[in-house]
Amino acid sequence: MAKITLDNLAHSYLPNPTREDDYALKELNHDWADGEAYALLGSSGCGKSTLLNIISGLLHPSQGRILFNDRDVTMAPTTQRNIAQVFQFPVVYDTMTVRDNLAFPLRNRGADPAYIKERVQQIAQMIGMEDTLGRKARGLTADAKQKISLGRGMVREDVNALLFDEPLTVIDPHMKWELRTQLKSLHHEFGHTMIYVTHDQTEALTFADKVVVMYDGRVVQIGTPQELFERPEHTFVGYFIGSPGMNVLDATVKGDTAVVAGTQISLGKSFGTPGGKVEIGVRPEFTSLRDGNEGLPVTIKRVEDVGRHKIVRADFHGTEINVITAEGENISPDMNRIVFDTAGVNIYADSWRVAPMVA
Amino acid sequence: MNKTVNQKAWFLILPVLVLVAFSAVIPLMTVVNYSVQDTFGNNQFFWAGLDWFRDLMSSERMWDALGRQIAFSAIILVIQIPLGVFVALNMPKGGFWASFCLILMSLPLLIPWNVVGTIWQIFGRVDIGLLGYTLDSFGIDYNYTQNFYAAWITVVIMDVWHWTSLVALLAYAGLQSIPDAYYQAAKIDQASRWKVFRFIELPKIMGVLMIAILLRFMDSFMIYTEPFVVTGGGPGNSTTFLSIDLVKMALGQFDLGPAAAFSIMYYLVILLISYVFYTVMTNLDKRDGH
Repeated sequence: MAKITLDNLAHSYLPNPTREDDYALKELNHDWADGEAYALLGSSGCGKSTLLNIISGLLHPSQGRILFNDRDVTMAPTTQRNIAQVFQFPVVYDTMTVRDNLAFPLRNRGADPAYIKERVQQIAQMIGMEDTLGRKARGLTADAKQKISLGRGMVREDVNALLFDEPLTVIDPHMKWELRTQLKSLHHEFGHTMIYVTHDQTEALTFADKVVVMYDGRVVQIGTPQELFERPEHTFVGYFIGSPGMNVLDATVKGDTAVVAGTQISLGKSFGTPGGKVEIGVRPEFTSLRDGNEGLPVTIKRVEDVGRHKIVRADFHGTEINVITAEGENISPDMNRIVFDTAGVNIYADSWRVAPMVA
Repeated sequence: MNKTVNQKAWFLILPVLVLVAFSAVIPLMTVVNYSVQDTFGNNQFFWAGLDWFRDLMSSERMWDALGRQIAFSAIILVIQIPLGVFVALNMPKGGFWASFCLILMSLPLLIPWNVVGTIWQIFGRVDIGLLGYTLDSFGIDYNYTQNFYAAWITVVIMDVWHWTSLVALLAYAGLQSIPDAYYQAAKIDQASRWKVFRFIELPKIMGVLMIAILLRFMDSFMIYTEPFVVTGGGPGNSTTFLSIDLVKMALGQFDLGPAAAFSIMYYLVILLISYVFYTVMTNLDKRDGH
């Protein structure tokens, strides 16, 4: 178990990167605290897997250092890092039995046979494959194979960190929940540092203590699920997390007032006069419908009943605004205005959040 | 529902029957026909029954040739398969040098058999050949026309030179299809180089390797042109393989009956050994699946 430090880290797949766009992973400084469970969340191609492979040593970064417990391992090969990693698609040793697959990492390190036997049994129970231990891995289904891969990742107790690269992609939905819960309880039990790469926000938010959101090769926010929900640091975090994502509208902001397409909105807090491209971001949860003359004039396009609540899709000068209303709430055809709860309003300048001024 | 009975439907399979007849049955039957008859020329044939087969079974000449043939195939398989895999493992995975190696290795495969024979025939000559002359000047007694071992070594090395590329190319194709994640997982699991080969690479190329073994067995078992050009089956009969012996019998001595019986036995032996190979391979596969 180890604290992992990324120092000035960046990576480009090009031999001579010059512009910032050449970098698949832009400059990054971060400490992964010992024993925490992190989720690395972002859309495809945002650099998540690159970062993961740098940590596990499958890839050497173009610049910067990586430290395990303050020891520089930037150039150390994977085998010396004592890392476990589970990949997106199952990797099993076809000709071995399930048992031998699980025992493989331990045997390669010369562990005691009695211990191996006991540990393999434990892991088999955890992934629910005790009955198939004696079978060859070749004939198994994709999700059984992936469970073996997960098991092989977890079989060593002394690893510095456990890395998961979208490991549940090929697993059945009901099994996904079960395995994720297993991973979580494993984390509580052994306190491994875990990094879990995913593009699925539910997976990230349920698994991790801290979620690291990446966008376009950059880490845009690191925070608890609640922080990501309430104060997205970047409009991408707003869009990406939440269902539906945050409403983002062009605005001009002066002090505690915003003007959106000619309509004045009171913000309740002063934001000064942010420059650049200014936007106002409000999650659908902090948005409500009204009739009368107050708020933004909208036309309701559609109402989607998703069971727990209703999602109202409204049109505001060509931009879609989503509103979440309680299941029982009546939506009348007269409702043509939208108001924001000031507690949930964030202001963005050039896509980055502007902190309100302390009065 | 009642099925309509129309015997004319049999005509629909006629094209297949005709095709199979012309491609396989008729040529084979002419050979069968010769194998049960005797002739003294003038296109006059006499019924001989199974005499030729009986003769063949007790023919020392045939058994010797068969023995040499099996030894030859066994030797080249034992050399070519591991060597081909070894070459494939050490080839570049991509880029300019990968293409370069592929082209370089395909070259021997593109050379006609008799040219391969001629190349080695000259290459090994003590008076003008690079190989023969060099060995001779080192004082090594190398003369494939007189020395049993020199003849065998030449023929084996020639075949290895000609055909190892095929095994290497097939194995290379098999290796290329292994996803990177397997090698990455092996690194994570701290598997040694040998274990990576044993548990990842070998199982993944087993399928193509089986094809390579089968192809190389059948081809080497039928080898004719190259040893014929290089050694002519000699010295003595030491490199007279089955097909060389067969041609001597059929065309040299014009013993049509015995040669036909020989051909049929030859064909059956290849069929039998290929069948054994195939069964063993598919069973290996099945056993792994359960």
